[in-house]
Amino acid sequence: MGWFKMPAFCWTVLSAQLIQLVGLPALTAGAVMLLLDLTVGTSFFEPSRGGDPILYQHFFWFYSHPAVYVIILPIFGIFSEIFPVYARKPLFGYRVVAVSSLIITGLSLIVWVHHMFASGTPGWMRMLFMITTMAISVPTGIKVFAWVATVWGGKLRLTSAMLFGLGGLSTFLFAGITGIMLASAPFDIHVNNTYFVVGHFHYVINGAVVLGFYAAIYHWFPKMTGRMLYEGLGKLHFFLTFVGINLIFLPMHPLGLLGMPRRVASYDPEFAFWNVIASLGGFLLGVSTLPFILNVLSSWTQGEKAGDNPWRAIGLEWLVSSPPPHENFDEIPVVVSPPYGYGSDEPLIENNAKELASEYS
Amino acid sequence: MSTAELAPTLEPTVGDQIVHGMEHEEEDHRMFGFIVFLLSESVIFLSFFVGYIVYKTSVADWLPAGVEGLEVREPFINTVVLVSSSFVIYFAERFLHKENLWGFRAFWLLTMAMGSFFLYGQAVEWMGLPFGFTSGVFGGAFYLLTGFHGLHVLTGVLLQGIMLGRSFIPNNYQGGEYGVAATSLFWHFVDVIWIMLFILIYVWQ
Repeated sequence: MGWFKMPAFCWTVLSAQLIQLVGLPALTAGAVMLLLDLTVGTSFFEPSRGGDPILYQHFFWFYSHPAVYVIILPIFGIFSEIFPVYARKPLFGYRVVAVSSLIITGLSLIVWVHHMFASGTPGWMRMLFMITTMAISVPTGIKVFAWVATVWGGKLRLTSAMLFGLGGLSTFLFAGITGIMLASAPFDIHVNNTYFVVGHFHYVINGAVVLGFYAAIYHWFPKMTGRMLYEGLGKLHFFLTFVGINLIFLPMHPLGLLGMPRRVASYDPEFAFWNVIASLGGFLLGVSTLPFILNVLSSWTQGEKAGDNPWRAIGLEWLVSSPPPHENFDEIPVVVSPPYGYGSDEPLIENNAKELASEYS
Repeated sequence: MSTAELAPTLEPTVGDQIVHGMEHEEEDHRMFGFIVFLLSESVIFLSFFVGYIVYKTSVADWLPAGVEGLEVREPFINTVVLVSSSFVIYFAERFLHKENLWGFRAFWLLTMAMGSFFLYGQAVEWMGLPFGFTSGVFGGAFYLLTGFHGLHVLTGVLLQGIMLGRSFIPNNYQGGEYGVAATSLFWHFVDVIWIMLFILIYVWQ
């Protein structure tokens, strides 16, 4: 399998692991210095003895900002896998989508100071990192446009997996827009340490990541267990989750703009209205997991048999039985065409032409 | 035929799996994995170096009271010994490729001796210094950098000891040996790190 025959999910996991490889050691270095400060009495980060606590922030954020991309990149891969299947179209701009994962990895390593705009960083540094932070919206924007173009004009099947995928895409779009707002240093200093930041972050993590993760479960559960999940419960799960997430995290944006600080146990009465709505959303999100748990437990034991390829998807995993046998393939298959060949007669792997022609055309 | 019918016959026994596992003729990715490990390590060292540069250029009272600077002569001798050992270990590898085991062992042992000399020199320097790791940021950074590097030299010498021992297993090192190549690469890595460290701490005072 060549680079450009690799599924987009593999590209994103590769990109995420490159971040782990290059970014995490910096946090390790900072953590070792912190440990020495706390145990044997060095003074790396202790200002009273000449140390520099801001340097610890640099070590921390050099890894901990890219860490968010470690979480979100595989979700980008899941979106790229799921939309073509349920839109019956090839992934739009597959090569560009694949390479933009690596561009995100590269850029993610030079944006960390945007977490420190209010840490007394010099002006030139703020300006520099404001530009790099905004630049990272280019490869992510490419992906968003590619997903929209994939879905556009497709023969859509709104299964639970597709609903979660589309829901995740829309929340990610919202998170991306507030992300660009926060990248701008003047705006960031204005809403620094308020609920606006919390809202933005949770639209990424609880919106895009959790919805994308659910989408992946609904998509691959039949492959993993050999049983289908119930669509009705799945759709109920989706609507409760989607409404719940937006009810919790949307009010955080006006709260932040009104000036409610984060990391507080209570709030002033003027913030009550939006907080009550967010709390109701929280309970709704909690309730939303009940149909999911019920669905997984009952489907696993008595769900409809899935068969090898219930979604009529193209991909190596759909060529083996559900659940896959030991070692997956008797012989390592040779992939001969790019992924997502929906609407084309090209076989995915060698010696499989007959099967593909009959099943996927 | 459905999966359920096939499953019992396809289920391999543990013995089958072991034989099967050995039948796979896959590329050896161990060296690639080791290089990935070194890449990750170099980021830790790089972080410490960047931290050192930031402190050196920003801390007001850099050297602890009563300390004028670091003595360069002994560390320089140490540097020469460590850098030379990189060439010695290269010749040891050459001997191994020519299947001259005793030549390999002699040069390999010489590398270990030079590494141990470096560690000894480092220990002597540490004991004679008028400051400790709690003596301000400079003290902490100095001992952190030299200590973390010294730990790597010690690891290298220990790895070399293991590889030397394994050379006495009959027919073990015919046609090259991953462990020897990886240990040697590790040694070059430790060497390059030391050159940067020496320039940062001792030359740039």
